[in-house]
Amino acid sequence: MAFEGLADRLQGTIKKITGKGKVTEQDVKEMTREVRLALLEADVNFKVVKDLIKRIKERAIGQEVLQGLNPGQQVIKVVKEELTELMGGEQSKIAVANKPPTVIMMVGLQGAGKTTTTGKLANHLRKKYNRNPMLVAADVYRPAAINQLETLGKQLDMPVYSKGTEANPVDIAKEAIDQAKEDHKDYVIIDTAGRLHVDEGLMDELQQIKDTVQPDEIFLVVDSMTGQDAVNVAESFDEQLDISGVVLTKLDGDTRGGAALSIKAVTGKPIKFAGMGEKLDQLEAFHPDRMASRILGMGDVLSLIEKAETDVDEKKAKEMEQKMKDASFTFEDFLEQMGQVRSMGPLDELVNMMPGANKMKGMKNMQLDEKQIDQVEAIIQSMTKKERVEPDIINASRKKRIASGSGTSVAQVNRLLKQFNEMKKMMKQMMGGKKGKKKGGLNFPFM
Amino acid sequence: MGFFKKLKDKINNQTDQVTDKFKDGMEKTRDSFTSKVNDLVARYRSVDEEFFEELEEILISADVGVETVMTLIEELEMEVKRRNIKDTSQVKEVISEKLVEIYYDGDDESIEEINLNENGLSVILTVGVNGVGKTTTIGKLAHRLKSEGKNVVLAAGDTFRAGAIDQLEVWGERAGVGVIKHSEGSDPAAVIYDGIQAAKSRGADVLICDTAGRLQNKVNLMNELAKVKKVISREVEGAPHETLLVLDATTGQNAISQVKTFKEVTDVSGIVLTKLDGTARGGIVLAIKNELDIPVKFVGLGEQMEDLQPFDAHQFVYGLFGDLMQEESNES
Repeated sequence: MAFEGLADRLQGTIKKITGKGKVTEQDVKEMTREVRLALLEADVNFKVVKDLIKRIKERAIGQEVLQGLNPGQQVIKVVKEELTELMGGEQSKIAVANKPPTVIMMVGLQGAGKTTTTGKLANHLRKKYNRNPMLVAADVYRPAAINQLETLGKQLDMPVYSKGTEANPVDIAKEAIDQAKEDHKDYVIIDTAGRLHVDEGLMDELQQIKDTVQPDEIFLVVDSMTGQDAVNVAESFDEQLDISGVVLTKLDGDTRGGAALSIKAVTGKPIKFAGMGEKLDQLEAFHPDRMASRILGMGDVLSLIEKAETDVDEKKAKEMEQKMKDASFTFEDFLEQMGQVRSMGPLDELVNMMPGANKMKGMKNMQLDEKQIDQVEAIIQSMTKKERVEPDIINASRKKRIASGSGTSVAQVNRLLKQFNEMKKMMKQMMGGKKGKKKGGLNFPFM
Repeated sequence: MGFFKKLKDKINNQTDQVTDKFKDGMEKTRDSFTSKVNDLVARYRSVDEEFFEELEEILISADVGVETVMTLIEELEMEVKRRNIKDTSQVKEVISEKLVEIYYDGDDESIEEINLNENGLSVILTVGVNGVGKTTTIGKLAHRLKSEGKNVVLAAGDTFRAGAIDQLEVWGERAGVGVIKHSEGSDPAAVIYDGIQAAKSRGADVLICDTAGRLQNKVNLMNELAKVKKVISREVEGAPHETLLVLDATTGQNAISQVKTFKEVTDVSGIVLTKLDGTARGGIVLAIKNELDIPVKFVGLGEQMEDLQPFDAHQFVYGLFGDLMQEESNES
């Protein structure tokens, strides 16, 4: 079962209603069903999904279909807006205590990645804010957890406060802060033991640590692959400890990460950082809008929709699509397309936004740096009208002329001719709807 | 004979101790699941579309997975029609019956034992993504095999994560088995090679190999794992006898992708489902068995050495529905 992105899921429904001027209740019902499945497959909690769908339905019914968007894209747009709103804005600030040290407590289930994140966070504080953190090994239960933090401390060349496995975690935390004051450390990050949220004894221990050290931040570390249970985990930790933020780990995997949405929905607390790899510098600020797209499994097709919405002339796009289909696409059209596309933003960014573009044959090796595009433009402009429509007539002497006219070489002209032919073939394939590769319906001007 | 009764008979044949472990370990899981189903049954008098819709949500909340749930609901609807069930309370039994059926899907319903070579060295390779509990599982498994009288050696193949080797050593001490290790950052295939040689010269029965956690979409790391497996197959005939993928019960739909990719690279023969003692229900194993036909061999039900138990779908479903069955027999 490969994850189907929302765009793929909506294809069938979209086909039925393309050309309609208004989104009807029945259309919305069919589409929201697909939206619901997509969200559930992405591990968004079913209760969160239910609320979302309700709101999406209310908003989507009866809306005028915007120029440049088909009804499917319109629904996706509403979905995306709802998701983004739910996720909130970007918030990766870390508290600073009036009187140092600022104390951060890391909590979470076993295996979420607390210890690694502790190291990454310390590294982040030093690199970005020029801070001087101390790490505290308060996980006395898991075998070798202290060694793990100490090894990370060595790698980072940062002090790690530990008292072995016999000491009480509450005492460790308290004494660590005294030590930090003495050593003039401005941040203290306490790595606590992983625990199940239903383990009352261990949850009490966290409460005690909190009461004793009065942390400025409590970060809940959550594995981004977590399923439906994410709400229970986040809710319990938040209820007991009033967490101040969330760090989502292992986002460099291929999970959709619906847990992010669930956690935000039940706690209302911001997701501040994302773990993006095993190295200590792979901690990034969390981008709610990117996450919304990821959950829907559509690359950044959404941002593309937003851009298309403002910049594209729907009628022209339709014409162009037809041209691509029957391969009557010419250099003349190409030039026009390039103008349109370039008005939308940097080209490689646009290509990257297309879902699956990286995997597409030919697309991967297509060089897309702006300078080259300038050259391409110059080459085409040096062609006669006839050459642009019938590139087959371009012989050796014409190539020479074009090259000198555009300030390029014959080899570059050759390359463009070859690429153009390949592109035409590819377009035909894509537009003609080769089995399994269907991307029709998303009629972007350069596809 | 009703399905609950059959299920109970099956379970009665097993020792109470094991059943209790399951019952205790899955207490949180069962509580929420049972109360949800009960609540549903209480609120709906007749079996209608809305009833099935809510049931669908309950199953989805157990991470069973959308596709499997859809199939299950469809079959349930048919079954309910066929048996002419109108009363919601009778549906409970059909639900658990179907769940067990989905898991076995016509296979032999006995517990899948761990596959060991009876004459000579057996090699068990453990793989999985980061943080699922591979090292802990190895510790528990070593303890289990040792208490069965096996001579066990561990190989510290996680040379990447800070502290991983120390962690395995602590488990080795607890279980009273030897650990073969290199220093952090060394080649895992070399550690495993040494582990095999040591196990051979010590005349060990079982070698359990630890590996570093890796996300399944990291091609280089997966290639490294393929190399480790190649070394094992080359050095011991028929090895690895068992390749266990360790899976965190809290994992959602990504588990399917994990199993698929790890299976491609290492030919996974069984799954260990860990952290089932929380509120996570690990329903994804139903989808995994159903779609990819890889059985769950063990479940982790706590942090103690004894908390690794052989998996039995009957026990698992009993864990989910135990209280329902209790009520049922009180009624009759």
